[in-house]
Amino acid sequence: MKKNSSLIAGLTIVGVLIIIAFFAKFISPYNPYEQNLTSRLKPPSYKNFFGTDELGRDVFSRMIYASRVSLSVGFISVGIATFIGTILGLISGYYGKFIDDFIMRLVDIMLCFPTFFLIILVIAFLKPSIYNIMIVIGITSWPGLTRYVRAEVLRIKSLEYVLSAKLAGLSSFRILFVHILPNILAPVIVSFSLGISSAILTESGLSFLGLGIQPPEPSWGNILSSGKDYIHIAWWLSLFPGIAIFITVVSFNLLAEGLRIFFNPKEKI
Amino acid sequence: MMVKIIFKKMLYLIITFIGISFVTFLIISISPGKPQDMLEFSSKISYEAKQKILKLYGLDRPIHIRYIKWFLRFVRLDFGNSLKDEKPVIEKILQRLPATLMLNTLSLSIIFFGGCLLGVLSSIYKNKFLDKFISFIVFLGYSMPKYWLAILCMIFFGIKLKVLPISGLRSVNFDYLTFFEKVLDIAKHLLLPVLISAFGGLAGLTRYVRASMIEQLNSEYVRFALSKGCDTKKIVFYHSFKNVLIAVVTILGLSLPDLIGGGFIFETIFAYPGMGRLGYEAVVSRDYPLIMGISVITAFLTLLGNFLADIIYVYIDPRIKYK
Repeated sequence: MKKNSSLIAGLTIVGVLIIIAFFAKFISPYNPYEQNLTSRLKPPSYKNFFGTDELGRDVFSRMIYASRVSLSVGFISVGIATFIGTILGLISGYYGKFIDDFIMRLVDIMLCFPTFFLIILVIAFLKPSIYNIMIVIGITSWPGLTRYVRAEVLRIKSLEYVLSAKLAGLSSFRILFVHILPNILAPVIVSFSLGISSAILTESGLSFLGLGIQPPEPSWGNILSSGKDYIHIAWWLSLFPGIAIFITVVSFNLLAEGLRIFFNPKEKI
Repeated sequence: MMVKIIFKKMLYLIITFIGISFVTFLIISISPGKPQDMLEFSSKISYEAKQKILKLYGLDRPIHIRYIKWFLRFVRLDFGNSLKDEKPVIEKILQRLPATLMLNTLSLSIIFFGGCLLGVLSSIYKNKFLDKFISFIVFLGYSMPKYWLAILCMIFFGIKLKVLPISGLRSVNFDYLTFFEKVLDIAKHLLLPVLISAFGGLAGLTRYVRASMIEQLNSEYVRFALSKGCDTKKIVFYHSFKNVLIAVVTILGLSLPDLIGGGFIFETIFAYPGMGRLGYEAVVSRDYPLIMGISVITAFLTLLGNFLADIIYVYIDPRIKYK
């Protein structure tokens, strides 16, 4: 068997990112909130690896702390989305009829919404805090998964083992969660990983617009945002956070790709 | 049959449309911070005057009545006036709409042709260098935050090389240019936004076309055509690609909302005079009628796109009629 290099690479980088986020306090050389107005907008040097920002704060340290924001937003919001998406998909596919129609209409509505507009709308009207962002991204990004899970349930529902489970008198709850769910878990896990990367992109986009994580709390998006204001004189403010977002997103995408191959070794396209 | 399908789709369209407008209305209405809050804090306005103003804007009614009232006005294409400058919402939107449509049509076309071409190429040269190279490039585009790429391109092409303008749709001296120069000017302004927005969207379609083409090329009818001595090019483009095209249309239809509504960051960065930026400004300044107008128009365009995709679907694949 060929080595699954996507999975290994993805897992490694994600692992490193999680370690960085977890031990941010020990890794970062400076306090990310400490301002030093005498050394504002200094280019990268051995003292400040990624330079300093408009208030003289160390960009490297801020970026390390920001990884916490991105990862936690990613995991929790996608956790919410996966939960909603899977449950609704299971119910919709298994029970069919009126419930199915209703849920599918709901999915259609959500899919036709420009998601980002919806998120901005909610965030702008609530207070832009990290929890609100997690919740909003979570409750807006489930419809794709619901459709997928529903299709899978429809396929599995007609298999003979489900029929025999029904004949054995098992409750539909038990059939659904004990017998059908494990069989659709693989694509759900893949979509979880893919979802994290898009959630991280959304969060950084929101922060970039000033609707996400609020300064002085560091986030890759809001460092980029201040980078935009100093685009003529301080390129490092724009470059490094972008690279961080890019690497994170790539690693979760690689992980998803690797998991997909891992779960379906036969399908090698 | 055709009429029945169109009718059914229309019905779904209307239901979905009402759903979207209601959700937006609900979010706006139940969120903390009301337009009348400004009045509450002012001691100079008497109670009666406040009530009068509330009545004037219909804010004294419960939510569902307000929604029905809004809907009845909307049916007559009356979106009300912007709270900010009292201009009719519809006028403000129509002013911005062409720019957004232009940007999105261009980038969608690039995504469509580019995605199909790259996908087909990848499937033909499966697992060869070209396939891996295309996959890599497309993967980069998918994983890169678009606005970051936009900033980098602005720094490089706009500030370092000074070859492309970095904001807006027209140069300052636009009015003094000849027709040809005007076209060139707009093209120059559009180049970066269109390419970057297309670059990000290319991945999904390319991957999809590649996977389905490989599936098609492995199927029996292709083997039959090959053994019959058919030209490979003809098989790829005439037989297999046709089958893939059906789903491509649907995918493009589904990617519309984010292309139309996803321009927020993008249009803000490029100072592009489109709907996205208008939407952002509306949300930030809590311009309720404008927010409703934008979300409804965006949803409408999206639904229209999906609807057209469904119709095209039936035309491309005659089998669907007999469902």
